Amino acid sequence: MTSADRLVHLLARLGVKRSEWRVRPGLYSLGDAGPDSPVFVSASYQLSFDALREALDGMDAYILVLDTMGINVWCAAGKGNFGTNELVSRIEKTGLAEVVAHRTLIAPQLCATGVAAHEVRKRSGFRVKFGPVRAEDIKEYMANGKATPEMRRVRFSLRDRAVLIPVEGKNALPMVAGASALAYIAGDPTGALGIASASIAGLAGLPLLLPWLPSEDFSVKGFFLGGLVGLGAAASSFVRDDATALPLRVLKAASYALALPPLTAFIGLNFTGCTTYTSPSGVRREMNRYIPLMAGMAGAGLLANVASRIVRAGKGGANGQE
Amino acid sequence: MARSKINTLEYDPALCNRCGLCTTVCPHGVFEDGSDGAVRLVKRDDCMECGACMLNCEAGAIEVDSDVGCAAAMIKAALLRRNEAACC
Repeated sequence: MTSADRLVHLLARLGVKRSEWRVRPGLYSLGDAGPDSPVFVSASYQLSFDALREALDGMDAYILVLDTMGINVWCAAGKGNFGTNELVSRIEKTGLAEVVAHRTLIAPQLCATGVAAHEVRKRSGFRVKFGPVRAEDIKEYMANGKATPEMRRVRFSLRDRAVLIPVEGKNALPMVAGASALAYIAGDPTGALGIASASIAGLAGLPLLLPWLPSEDFSVKGFFLGGLVGLGAAASSFVRDDATALPLRVLKAASYALALPPLTAFIGLNFTGCTTYTSPSGVRREMNRYIPLMAGMAGAGLLANVASRIVRAGKGGANGQE
Repeated sequence: MARSKINTLEYDPALCNRCGLCTTVCPHGVFEDGSDGAVRLVKRDDCMECGACMLNCEAGAIEVDSDVGCAAAMIKAALLRRNEAACC
């Protein structure tokens, strides 16, 4: 692994040209690979390929790289790119049957969403053995001839969640920055800061604190964090706006308490796509249950905020800025 | 950790051919080997409906509506009036 490789890994983790870090599909030889050397199957995403070859360091082996369009194993398997058809096709295109004397492939476990082992065997003559989830366990897997139950489990540790933050943050940055800027230009610095804070709560706070936040629903976890931000913004607005009549102060403060939590909740709901365990049925149920509430609260908050400004401007009292 | 209480996983032990592949490919240990050789469904609520077990069950003992467990993909599909969600 060179410095250039590690730079690619960093850029990929930061979401910079992520889909461009690819390895050309084909058959690669490691060490002094020969007819009896094991054959491992990889996605064409460079991080996947590099994780595998790093794990195989010192071994004589082949890596059969499939054309997964630069996507990692699990996502590609779900989309069908790391699938039975591509595997069978790549075996044929590389002439693998003429390179190795055996008929066994070791594929990453998570490709099983797209690869039917019995179909591959019927169509290519190659038997697929599903190796461990993580490349780092391969040497122990090869030494023992099988995977332990722990090797076959996908976790979602703090580290796993934390590495997602830069990519998710980068994707959301234009919208968050734009919305905050708009609020500021409209004369609402509390709103601008609130939008940024609620977004950060969802993009970073929720992933980091995930197991400790209340409820099984990501939306509720988001409502909880966003509620803290909203209450904080509401309190700040109420305290600082002391020159205004009480009803208006309450209306404006309430607008933050209503509008900001759904922002964090929506970000939390979208985090379901980053996890290793949410099911489509569960996500669908959560969407049906909470999206109307999010929309209602956000709409009410926005209306309250606008109404408070219109009334304030109409009274010609304290100006619209804080 | 959050788990779905509702999923579409269905398993018929009478059809199980005891190949054990479902226990191999499942990332959450939903199935385990039974004492009589047939596989047992032990953690139904942990199923994330990825479909790996169904795809690799030659006996057809497992059925599940596999799809993408991603709200963004579902919202995008709904807005674009597509029948199925797809990863970004």
